[in-house]
Amino acid sequence: SKTTQNLTGKLDELFKGHIEIDEELYEEIEEILITGDVGFETTLKIVDMLRKNVKKKSIQDVKDVREELKLIVEEILSGDDSNLKLEPKPAILVIVGVNGVGKTTSIGKIAMRLKSEGKSVLLAAGDTFRAAAAEQLEVWADRAGVELIKHQEGSDPSAVIFDAISGAKARNTDVLICDTAGRLHNKKNLMQELAKIFRIIDREYPEATKEVLLVIDATTGQNAINQVKIFKEAAPLTGIILTKLDGTAKGGVVLSIKSEQQLPIKLIGVGEKIEDLQDFNAKEFAKALFSSN
Amino acid sequence: MIFENLAEKLQSTLKNLKGKGKLTEKDVDLAMREVKLALLEADVHYKVVKDFIKKVKERSIGSEVMESLTPGQQVIKIVNEELSELMGGVQSKINISSKPPTVIMLVGLQGAGKTSTAGKLALNLKKQGKQPMLVACDVYRPAAIKQLEIVASGAGAIFYSEEGNTNPVEIATKGYEKAKTLGYDIVIIDTAGRLHIDENLMDELKNIKSSIKPHEIMLVVDSMTGQDAVNIAESFDQTLGIDGVILTKLDGDTRGGAALSIKAITKKPIKYAAVGEKLEDLEQFYPDRMASRILGMGDVMSLIEKA
Ligand SMILES: Nc1nc2c(ncn2[C@@H]2O[C@H](COP(=O)(O)OP(=O)(O)OP(=O)(O)O)[C@@H](O)[C@H]2O)c(=O)[nH]1
Ligand SMILES: Nc1nc2c(ncn2[C@@H]2O[C@H](COP(=O)(O)OP(=O)(O)OP(=O)(O)O)[C@@H](O)[C@H]2O)c(=O)[nH]1
Ligand SMILES: [Mg+2]
Ligand SMILES: [Mg+2]
Repeated sequence: SKTTQNLTGKLDELFKGHIEIDEELYEEIEEILITGDVGFETTLKIVDMLRKNVKKKSIQDVKDVREELKLIVEEILSGDDSNLKLEPKPAILVIVGVNGVGKTTSIGKIAMRLKSEGKSVLLAAGDTFRAAAAEQLEVWADRAGVELIKHQEGSDPSAVIFDAISGAKARNTDVLICDTAGRLHNKKNLMQELAKIFRIIDREYPEATKEVLLVIDATTGQNAINQVKIFKEAAPLTGIILTKLDGTAKGGVVLSIKSEQQLPIKLIGVGEKIEDLQDFNAKEFAKALFSSN
Repeated sequence: MIFENLAEKLQSTLKNLKGKGKLTEKDVDLAMREVKLALLEADVHYKVVKDFIKKVKERSIGSEVMESLTPGQQVIKIVNEELSELMGGVQSKINISSKPPTVIMLVGLQGAGKTSTAGKLALNLKKQGKQPMLVACDVYRPAAIKQLEIVASGAGAIFYSEEGNTNPVEIATKGYEKAKTLGYDIVIIDTAGRLHIDENLMDELKNIKSSIKPHEIMLVVDSMTGQDAVNIAESFDQTLGIDGVILTKLDGDTRGGAALSIKAITKKPIKYAAVGEKLEDLEQFYPDRMASRILGMGDVMSLIEKA
């Protein structure tokens, strides 16, 4: 995958042209960060930190600047535990996010992974709005070899979740994974609908271990920060899935998210196939951020 | 949000200059920092921002601070004029071919909004008295064909798909032939989402293009796209040649700087804005409104006139 290749590409190019640690070098670093969607303010903070560390550690060699830069990025991104918490069972995993980011696809991938770990999985087709959303999830359920609870298009999504919880209890399911419709965070009524789903879950399934993941498309720019802020108000988020990292976008906005919101990135999507799901690794991410495509 | 008040910031940065005559380089530098910040936070591409700032700076330095305007407003006016210039004039029409059917092909990254937009375009053209046909060429995404079928029926458009056929070039060609035979005016081709670096899938688009010679190849772009918008637009344009752009999900709160980056890089017009999930949610694209949105200033002209 992209995160493991080209580890040195762009950084090497960058440092080849620079023999000395000078203003031009810092400017180029700034450019790489900004074009990786890190955002202006966070970029300035990182470059500032880098300058200080270079001074403090008396770094002389341009090569060591690179290592220091990667360390800073890594440090921002690591920290909390990024494993999915699905124990003790039963567990419920709810996937939320704006339109088209990869929620349904990620559910297919996660279902496959959990099943191959020997867990029993049930899917809930909580997107009753978008055309053929349930059919799409059904294809993924078949691929992963798991069951699916769905209602008709246009029905109340909370009712689907309600039924799915009953189904999970009856089947003694280890993990219930709920799909939800894509919604833009600035749509009040849609966010209220989401809050209602969580009220149902709290009422009907208080014993379940909860994971609530916000899916963010790596191609997204600074708007992802708003997405996190506002989704947090309606949904008890526990982490992030960063998708489409197989493209040329770096997903650098998660650096700003991580430093402001303290939400761990738990999984990454690196393609459209069922196996294209990986655990998040801060070190690899930092490397990929500075690699050329 | 901080950048709602770029206008205010510029005014306060430059407020002491009223009546001083011309703007100096130092005054302008201060102002340009704010503009740069606003543009980058709006996701305008780094290089586009750099070029833009250079241009605005050149125009601002030495420009007369008009009696009627404060220096801040003077700079805003220049920024806005340059932005609008860069965004281009209103360009919302699909080129309808004099020899029907007019063929429109929608392309773009995964999840950008192609299938929904196909339905919206169909409805839009239907309302103009045309008979559109939607052709399902996404044979990869689960239930993509079904999705287009539902969307087509919602728009009252003819729907064409081929059960079991996994060759999008064939489907496109046969769909086109059928539309021609039956005398439909418009053929809209929905294609699978793909990465611009996926050579096989980009070749597939080239093959569809050479088989049916579309009149309009429209790149559908999510308005929340960040810095990568330039790579995406440039690649699609270079490998395929695009005729226009449709910007989606503008009903969100994104600043939409991608619009500016794409326009600056490809020089291709943005023709439509998708502003919701319903079939009616397709609008003509207004470059001047987009300019104000990117800067986060609301209606710039009214701001300037307020003084
Ligand atoms: N290249 C790539 N494509 C992806 C990835 N994840 C999802 N996709 C594609 O992105 C598109 C949208 O994915 P969905 O899973 O339907 O997204 P969603 O968030 O459920 O969309 P809505 O329900 O419409 O809001 C599909 O074409 C997927 O195949 C990924 O990691 N990489
Ligand atoms: N809010 C909003 N949602 C939109 C808009 N346009 C598309 N969407 C939503 O974005 C998601 C993806 O749209 P699709 O039309 O399936 O995108 P696509 O480009 O065909 O996706 P792939 O075929 O997987 O590449 C769906 O949930 C749509 O309802 C828009 O203008 N506003
Ligand atoms: Mg979905
Ligand atoms: Mg589609």
